[in-house]
Formats: sequence, structure tokens, C-alpha cells
Amino acid sequence: MGQYIADGIVLGATLALGAIGLTLTFNILRFANFAHGELLTFGAYFALALSGVLAFGPDLGSLTFGWGFVLVIVLAAALTAGLAILLDLLIYRVLRRSDVAVALVIASFGASLMLRNIVVFVWGPQPEYYSRAIAIARPVLPGVRLSADEIFVVVVAAVLMIALHLFLTRTRLGKAMRAVSDNAALSQVTGINVTNVVRLVWAVGGALAAVGGILYGLTVQMIPTMGFNLILPMFAAAILGGIGSIYGAVLGGLVIGLAESVSVLWIDPGYKPAVAFALMFVILLVRPHGILGERS
Amino acid sequence: MTGLLSYLVFFLIQALIYALVALGLNLQWGYTGLFNIGVAGFFLVGSYTFAVLSGPAYATHLGGFGLPVAVGILGAMAMAGLIALVVGIPTLRLREDYLAIATIGIAEVLRLVALNARGLTGGSRGAQSIPRPFQGLELGNVASNLVFLVLVAALVVLVYLALETMVRSPWGRVLKAIREDEQAASSLGKDPFRFRLQSFVLGCAIMGLGGALNASFVGFVAPTDFLPILTFEIWAMLIVGGSGNNRGALLGSVLVWAFWTGTGSIAQSLLPSGLQVKGGALQVILIGAVLLLILMIRPRGLIGEERTVSREAELGGDGRT
Repeated sequence: MGQYIADGIVLGATLALGAIGLTLTFNILRFANFAHGELLTFGAYFALALSGVLAFGPDLGSLTFGWGFVLVIVLAAALTAGLAILLDLLIYRVLRRSDVAVALVIASFGASLMLRNIVVFVWGPQPEYYSRAIAIARPVLPGVRLSADEIFVVVVAAVLMIALHLFLTRTRLGKAMRAVSDNAALSQVTGINVTNVVRLVWAVGGALAAVGGILYGLTVQMIPTMGFNLILPMFAAAILGGIGSIYGAVLGGLVIGLAESVSVLWIDPGYKPAVAFALMFVILLVRPHGILGERS
Repeated sequence: MTGLLSYLVFFLIQALIYALVALGLNLQWGYTGLFNIGVAGFFLVGSYTFAVLSGPAYATHLGGFGLPVAVGILGAMAMAGLIALVVGIPTLRLREDYLAIATIGIAEVLRLVALNARGLTGGSRGAQSIPRPFQGLELGNVASNLVFLVLVAALVVLVYLALETMVRSPWGRVLKAIREDEQAASSLGKDPFRFRLQSFVLGCAIMGLGGALNASFVGFVAPTDFLPILTFEIWAMLIVGGSGNNRGALLGSVLVWAFWTGTGSIAQSLLPSGLQVKGGALQVILIGAVLLLILMIRPRGLIGEERTVSREAELGGDGRT
């Protein structure tokens, strides 16, 4: 049991990072972005490409990578943020302007398939790993074994979330972002440049998604469909936490990660991916605005 | 019959099966504005239900009812409609994106069930020897395909005519009214939820029909036939042809399927076997680009929705028809 809870937290860290961007774009731009999963995939593969040239330094302690990998993560996150902004410029902004805003979901579904196949085209369909070194799991608590990499995942996710919290509560830009998320029209009236904030939302969402993807690639593996496989749990996390609520997305990510992991005790592991969906379905039935959501 | 002609028959059968599915999606998206991106899931339900009801007895999984093909098809439609009801009830009251998330979710769950519930579906090996109609007549391969083409074509005409009648009826006008302005429609006493649910369930039943015919035509179903790419293809067909127009759905199905099989066979003949996977990826990238461009440049598709003008406005004679 303890082991499943620990594994669930590791998975939940990835889901939470992905769900933050998803919940923000869902709330501010008012559409479910199915291509968000591919931002995780691209983040992970960008890091794979970069780690070929930048992964310097001997392995740190029991980790399977050297300190250069931290630089790789930062660069891959920046690249993915750029990709997210580019997608918005090329596709979503055009569709938002023309009067077919309802087509955004379909466009994002199409973009998701295209991006996934670009990964297949460039890197191939086979699973990839950052390192062939085996991450040895050591006991950390009675009955719980974690590898150094997995602890790194949780630490990175926690640090990023604290940083995001400080950004949202202490900086002008962060406050503007929260204001736009609450009420875009009203914040425009008070002089906030909504276009810039939207760009910032894509950048922050894309960067966090990239880190989520890299952390997932580090502890599981990378395949072109990894982001697509994670999109439903991320939507479940965003809906569970309440659309638009960043803290809700983090909480939702952890709950979904834990539920998927612990469910293996009772159900056939083949159905593990269905757990997130079942939870989301129940939430939609009983509490459509989620746990921390305010409005319908 | 020459090889080309028999290929054409083969091509048309497949294109018309997809046309049925696209017609079902058109009812949901084109006329009611419902995002169903779990098309593959409802297609799957139709396929497997048909295999269980009309297929032979299987050693390891459910089957052997040996019901007539027509009963199998009706059962497939009913089952797809039932699943749609279960998905629709909690989600159709919410913002439209929730339906998108729920449908893609149910499609994935159904694929997991197809893969894991071996006693029900045969697991990853799927179900074989699914019968075709008139199997007892012992027709040759070519004649059997021709008969099947006639049957599918007849069903397409039937569904097309039924849908055309329905969308032009008061019921269809309510659907469009809800799509355009939900508040206005409900202030006139129309319950948007009820109409949406009816449209959604009916559209999914038509997708189930397509699935049943596909299982019968191919004679074999496996979980890998129902990947999200199938949903994407159907959407591309509808968007390219023109959503909100049933003839657009038919045209788009034939065109996109021709493009798909055409680029597929070109890639197959030109690329060495090592690059086939990349060729397949390129194919999806291309069709995705076509879909996005049409959404941006010509959102109405090739033949979009017809303008609907009230009879009173036309007769009014104030020159603003």
C-alpha cells in the first residue's frame, strides 16, 4: 500500500504540472486544448535531443544523470514554451478571431495528432530513455522503495509549484494572470494587456508541461503517445480541482495519480488508465465545478 | 471483372461505411453543435456487438448467438445508442467541451475493455469469421463484394433521406436553434438538454451501424482498429465536405478516403520498408494540415450548410430574402 501511494505521488507530480497549463488555457481561452498532452511529449523529446549534446558532468550521487541535465530541463522548457506560443499564433489565434471559436477544440484535436506524428517522423515510434543506467530503488520508509530519480521528480515538482505560487501572488504579471483567469473582460478594462497575458499563459503552461513530460520520461519512458496517454488524467485533474483553479489542478493531479496507482490493488492493471476517467465522470455528475472551482 | 473495378468496389464499400459514420457525426456536430471526439468508441461498440450477436461461437469469448445479420445490426445500433445515453446524461448539460473530454474518454475506456475483457471480446486477438449478409448463398468473392456494396449504398441512401427529412422537420429546426442560441431556444420552451440527448444518441446509433457493417465487411475486429486516428479521419471527412450539410458529409467521406488510401499506397510503393512508419506519420501530418487549413480558410468546407430563410421572410417581399 505504502509503495503504491509513493508511486502515485510520483505520477501525480507529472499530472499536476501538466494540468496547470491545461486548466489555465481552458479557463482563459475557453476551450479544451487536446494538444496540451503533446507539449509534454515535445518537452520530453526536446530534452532527449539536448541531452545528446549537453548532458555533461558525472552522475550525481545515485541519480542517473549529471548536473548538465538541469540545464537540459531549463532549455527544453523554454523551447516548449516557444512551441506553445507558436501554436497559438499559427492556429488558435486565427480561429479565435474568425467567428468559428467552437472549432478550436477540433483544431486542437487535429494539432495533437499532427504533433504526435511529427514526433514519430523525427524520432521514430520506439521507446526512448535518457539514460541506460538502472535507477536503483532504495527503501526510504518502511515498505516504500524509491529511486533517487523519483525523489528528484517530486522535489522538482514541489519547487516549481512553490515558485509558481510566489509568482502568482507576489509579482505584477502573476497577479495580472490571476485577474485575467477570473474575468478577462473586467481585467482588460483595468488596463491589463490581455494579449500579453495570454502569451504568458501559453509560456508558463508549456514550460510546466515540458517539465512534467521530462520527469515522466525520466521515471517511466518516452513514446510518441505519452502525452496523449496523459491527457485524460490531466483533464480529470483539472476538472476535479475546478477549471481555472491552479491549486485545484495540483490537488487534482495528486488525487488522480494516487487513485490510478492505488487502484491496482483492486482492479486489473489493464484498466488503470480508465480510473481517471471514471473519477472525472463521477465529479461531472455530482460536482461539475470541481473541488476548488467557484463558478460553473 | 478487372482488378481495377474490383478495387473500386472495395474502395466504395469502405468509403460508404465511413460516409454513414460521417452522417451520424454531422447530425451531432453539423446540426446540433455537439463535440463528439469519441467516434471510434461508438464504432467499436457497433463492431463488437455485431460480432457477438451474429458471429459464430467462439472458443474463448462471448458469441454463438447466431442471430440474423439484420438483428445483429439493430442490436449494434441499440448498444451504441445506449452507451451514448450513459455518456450524454451527465455531460450534455455542461459546457460543450466537457462532452469532448467525456467522449474521448469513453472511446479510450471502450478500447481498454476490448483489449482486456478477453471473455467478452477476445482481447488483443479480436474476433474472427464475422458473417456477411447472404452468406448462405455461397457467392464468389467478387459477387459477394458487389452485393455488399449495393446493401451499404442502400443503407446510405436510407439514412441520408431519413436525416434530411428529420433536419428539415420542426425537430431539426429546434436542433439548429439550440446550436445557434441556446438561451433563445429555451426561452421558447424547448429543453436544450432533451434535444441534444436525442441528437447525440441517434448520431451514435448511426455510428454503431457503420461499425457493424465494417465488422461484417472485413470479417474481423481487433482493438487496434479503433484508435483515435479513426475519429480524426471521420472529422476530417465532415469538415472537408462541409458540416451542416449531409451531402457534404458524403462528398467529404469519398474525397478524404480517396486521399487517405491514395497517399497510403504511394507511400507504400515509394518508401523502403524501413521508412514505412515515417510515411504513415507523414500521411497523418498532411491530412491534419488539410483539416486545419480548411478550418481556418474555409470553415464551411467544400459544400457548407445551406442558408435557411424563413418562409415568411421569403414571401414577405421586402427584398431581403
